[in-house]
Amino acid sequence: MESKSEVIRLAGVHKRFNPATINETEVFTDFNLTVYEGEFVSIVGSNGSGKTTMLNLICGSLMLDCGKILLRGCDITGAPEYRRARHIGRVFQDPARGTCPSLTILENMSLADNKGGIFGLREGINRRRLDYYKSQLELLHLGLEDKTDVLVGALSGGQRQALSLLLSTMTPIDLLVLDEHTASLDPNSSQTIMELTDRLVKERNLTTVMVTHNLRFAVDYGNRIIMMHGGKCVIDAEGAEKSAYQVRDLLGTFNEISIECGN
Amino acid sequence: MDIFIRLLINVLEEGFIFGIMAMGVFISYRILSFPDLSVDGTFPLGACVTALLITGGINPWLACILAFLAGAAAGSITGLLHVRLKITDLLSGILMMTALWTVNLLLTGGTAIRQFFGMDTIFNWGPIALLPDGFRRVRILLMAFLVMIAVKLTLDWFFRTRTGLLLRASGDNGQFVTSLARDQGKMKILGLALGNGCAALAGSVMAQQTQMADINFGRGMVVLSLASVIIGTSIFRRMSFLRVTTMAVLGAIFYRVCLSTAMLIGLPTNYVQLLMAAILTLALVWGRVSAGGGVLRRGI
Ligand SMILES: Nc1ncnc2c1ncn2[C@@H]1O[C@H](COP(=O)(O)OP(=O)(O)O)[C@@H](O)[C@H]1O
Ligand SMILES: [Mg+2]
Repeated sequence: MESKSEVIRLAGVHKRFNPATINETEVFTDFNLTVYEGEFVSIVGSNGSGKTTMLNLICGSLMLDCGKILLRGCDITGAPEYRRARHIGRVFQDPARGTCPSLTILENMSLADNKGGIFGLREGINRRRLDYYKSQLELLHLGLEDKTDVLVGALSGGQRQALSLLLSTMTPIDLLVLDEHTASLDPNSSQTIMELTDRLVKERNLTTVMVTHNLRFAVDYGNRIIMMHGGKCVIDAEGAEKSAYQVRDLLGTFNEISIECGN
Repeated sequence: MDIFIRLLINVLEEGFIFGIMAMGVFISYRILSFPDLSVDGTFPLGACVTALLITGGINPWLACILAFLAGAAAGSITGLLHVRLKITDLLSGILMMTALWTVNLLLTGGTAIRQFFGMDTIFNWGPIALLPDGFRRVRILLMAFLVMIAVKLTLDWFFRTRTGLLLRASGDNGQFVTSLARDQGKMKILGLALGNGCAALAGSVMAQQTQMADINFGRGMVVLSLASVIIGTSIFRRMSFLRVTTMAVLGAIFYRVCLSTAMLIGLPTNYVQLLMAAILTLALVWGRVSAGGGVLRRGI
């Protein structure tokens, strides 16, 4: 791969929780990761290995103790979460976090469509874009295009998660961040959302970081795989090497580490 | 019969005036889940600003607008205390309320009551003055209704604008606002500014109705407006065709009915505050029992 341009880089990141108390947890000591344009990174790892913390640091929900975060070469280490959100789309595990339940689908989409723009006192819902919104909803194959005036709170978890995905990718973003976004759904919806994710990522050429508990998703989707453990990347493979990975290889490494740690 | 009509007019008059404040408190309490105690200070602030301006010969409608702005400024400071200085919501309100006591005294020139009898007010300035003096009560009812409706329509409109939608979203799911690259804190400050602006506007109308500003006007306003909002949104929740602003005003009217009935039956004035606290307690408990939190889901 010649001269890949980097999208996000974590350099020498240190992060500990509750410093100087008995609950002190050191999650990262000198953590480094660079994600390049066009990569779809699947991240797996045991509970507590720091996956969510890493995403929180990237998005600015948490501030790091030491180190740097660069977005397309720009230092965003101290930027507040809402500033970074302009360039980063995010879907959470909990479908409730990515949408607004007391607003309709149309209202949610109009707001998301206006991300980064001026909100002001113009009419909230954008009827002129209605056809566009409907065409976007059709991509989901969930029949939501006929329900634009339904309150989002009345949708199922899977429907809300699909909508969250759409909302977070409506405006151009540099990076899509997914934190176990299929984990709280039933197996069928989970599969649907994963396929949808893959489709959106390919159609929109999104550079993506996806944390998942589902090893099969990690193997089947994406073009780079990372396994984290104790705040380090123990596997990091891309391209052909990534394609060669099977679920049992991951499980193997997983078990080795666990035995080493005496679990 | 006559006494009932007069009572009805009285209840509606006060219901409309306090309804203006209740709509504001709806924003802070129901949309932002912010129990805003500064209302006890911003209601009399509106009254005192109005007294000062009207004695200074300012047009009464302009006085209303400036009173609103004064309340909005105070509300933003409450918001700043909470958002930027990380002071809890209750304490931010208490701080603002306490500070406003001094501000209000300064505005009245150090006296508890500042009167402006005989000056222009919204109740006797302009076309409404064509109604003869004998219809004074009708004039008050009419103008209080007009101001209330103007505020209601403006808020209804605002809730549908982009910023309005964002404000509603921020109470519902703060993370969503952040994801839209907007500062949640600013939305809170905006909501508190609007809420307290409405409270001060209500205070301004009240002052013009009684032709005086009393720095004690504020006593019990938090309790009154919270009770109005909670009663309104619980009783009328099932009537999905009603807008939330209408519910807040109806709640305020219902609240005045309760108080007036109690007085009619012969409750001594000294017991009013106790009764107000009792009504709010009932409303809170009942609101929780009958709720499910679905108020915001409809009708804005
Ligand atoms: N807000 C927090 N306060 C204290 N400790 C935390 C916090 N968030 C995460 N941790 C700790 O950091 C470690 C990594 O957590 P997390 O990033 O959530 O792991 P993962 O997402 O990989 O399961 C865990 O030991 C967890 O207990
Ligand atoms: Mg996690």
